Amino acid sequence: MKYLDEFSDPVLAKRLFDDIRAVTTRPWSLMEVCGGQTHSIIRHGIDQLLPEEIELIHGPGCPVCVTPLEIIDKALEIASRPDVIFCSFGDMLRVPGSGRDLFKVKSEGADVRVVYSPLDALRIAQENPDRQVVFFGIGFETTAPPNAMTVYQAKKLGIPNFSLLVSHVKVPPAIDAIMNSPDCRVQAFLAAGHVCTVMGMGEYPELAERHRVPIVVTGFEPLDILEGIRRAVRQLEAGQHTVENAYPRAVQAEGSPAARAMLSDVFEVTDRAWRGIGVIPRSGWRLSPKYREFDAEHRFSVTGIETQESTVCRSGEVLQGLIKPHECAAFGKECTPRNPLGATMVSSEGACAAYYLYRRLGTPDKEASSVG
Amino acid sequence: MGHGGGGTLSAELVEHLFAPAFGSDVLAELGDSAHLLLGGARLAFSTDSFVVRPLFFPGGSIGDLAVNGTVNDLAMAGAVPAYLSCGFILEEGVELSVVGRVAEALGEAARTAGVVVATGDTKVVDAGHGDGIFINTAGIGLIPDGVDIRPQRAAPGDVVLVSGPIGVHGVAIMSVREGLEFGVEIQSDTASLAGLVADMLAVCPDLHVLRDPTRGGLATSLNEIATAARVGITLDERSLPVPETVANACAFLGLDPLYVANEGKLVAFVAAEHADAVLAAMRAHPLGKESVAIGHCVPDHPGMVVAATGLGGTRVVDMPLGEQLPRIC
Repeated sequence: MKYLDEFSDPVLAKRLFDDIRAVTTRPWSLMEVCGGQTHSIIRHGIDQLLPEEIELIHGPGCPVCVTPLEIIDKALEIASRPDVIFCSFGDMLRVPGSGRDLFKVKSEGADVRVVYSPLDALRIAQENPDRQVVFFGIGFETTAPPNAMTVYQAKKLGIPNFSLLVSHVKVPPAIDAIMNSPDCRVQAFLAAGHVCTVMGMGEYPELAERHRVPIVVTGFEPLDILEGIRRAVRQLEAGQHTVENAYPRAVQAEGSPAARAMLSDVFEVTDRAWRGIGVIPRSGWRLSPKYREFDAEHRFSVTGIETQESTVCRSGEVLQGLIKPHECAAFGKECTPRNPLGATMVSSEGACAAYYLYRRLGTPDKEASSVG
Repeated sequence: MGHGGGGTLSAELVEHLFAPAFGSDVLAELGDSAHLLLGGARLAFSTDSFVVRPLFFPGGSIGDLAVNGTVNDLAMAGAVPAYLSCGFILEEGVELSVVGRVAEALGEAARTAGVVVATGDTKVVDAGHGDGIFINTAGIGLIPDGVDIRPQRAAPGDVVLVSGPIGVHGVAIMSVREGLEFGVEIQSDTASLAGLVADMLAVCPDLHVLRDPTRGGLATSLNEIATAARVGITLDERSLPVPETVANACAFLGLDPLYVANEGKLVAFVAAEHADAVLAAMRAHPLGKESVAIGHCVPDHPGMVVAATGLGGTRVVDMPLGEQLPRIC
């Protein structure tokens, strides 16, 4: 169980908790950027065991949560077409669009399939030459390279019936946007380790310097997270603001050159809307002109989408770390995993889902109206 | 599809739709099998349908499952399984050799479990309206005198025992159905648990609760028991028997082993004074060699399952909504 048991050893964890306690002299607010880190923190009860001076603020790094409503609605529209096989990772199927989700579209007869790799979608396209196969390409720098690789393969193999519905986003512009917010309370960041595995750490020193904020590249297992917190607090207590790599077993300073080369060949940087946050300049990717023919938005020319976001859901504030999930009035009442008002409640990495699953004190769900 | 996943949606379908429509006092108990009084005998009666894909998987087939699933439902009432019915729904075009292999597997599993297939039925549906073979089995068995095993009997102080590694069947099925390779082949744990239960009853006729945590995994079974008995259940997360292969597969897919299906495992609630003896009896049986205590019932947080994490925190182990979905990254 290397890399699982080893990195949740309670004796080593206690030592790290003790170290953090010893070094902490006053209140600090740290943001873990990635939803996977949020999930791990709540699931293992790390936040309960930290000194009370340390507040963990949950960041925007849940790929499902930040995918804009308009793209979800476009996905629903494309998936509804009878000639389309719509492929997606599983956790996108319950994300609410304007009134329905991919599960609902599937139950209405659409051919929606859960795949474990974008290359599975490409195989389905090869096996179904008379159908259009669309893969829902969302996520951060971690999922972008395999999706780019799939489009590269589709072009190379000449598979005309495959396309990608793209909504990829980048972490560093989001960190910048959070620090530029007048309401920002974040004093240090635990950066997402797997993002840096791909992209390296080159984008962070300038951010750390400009915002005078410590950034510690952090992994996902309990001991990884505790080590990230320990290093961030040490910097804060010492008045430092450098970039540190607390995840060296996975992250090299330069990242993965092969993955980055694939990204820059297939994608180009663009402004992107983040669900609940709004447009962040140069914070996403779209297919470059060379691969435009594989762009599902271009191929299906989905227009006239009118989105309708919940008026009570405060997931945007949760994503920016401005409130905790349970501070939203709808949390656990109108908004549950059964009836999610926002994506943060439905995603397995969403902060609201993590609080609901692991912290809730019991809220009855409502009845359904059809078999799903 | 979520309504078939064994979680909250499945439970609601039964409780809010089927049970009121059928209006049966016996059904209202909502156990894995019905408890019947017939001619002075106490019987357990159960039915289950099997729609597994693929039909053959590492460690078993739909034929084994169709026997073991129903036999285990009877065994979880403490009953000695006696007779099974078997209904085959075949999709037009399925090869007879495949039907034959499934039937052979079913017969062999019945002989191993010590039950007689007493009656059956066959239907054929049009091509495209089935998944090759569906099987429904129903079973009947005798509950020994003095045995009263029901989820409602879970009580504060009870020790929670599980008969071995969890999540194995679900990961085995995923490995073949989704074309995932986990480095090591994972065999389903499908098995008849009637013999194991008999050995447990021999040392402690007063077992409080037995449950085979199939769809929805251990977490679902524990939540159902906590709800039925209005008790809290506290788990020690580090004591959960999760094999390395299952843990790695779940970590890769973003799944929680507590929610992954099992087939040849049981969870038992036993008064603390009997726990050691029952655990020893379980470990002496081939299907219970790796049995462990994983927690206990408490008067706090009634209806809720709470796990003590390895680091010393706590987390709620909730009922899943439907099937778990693999995450994006």
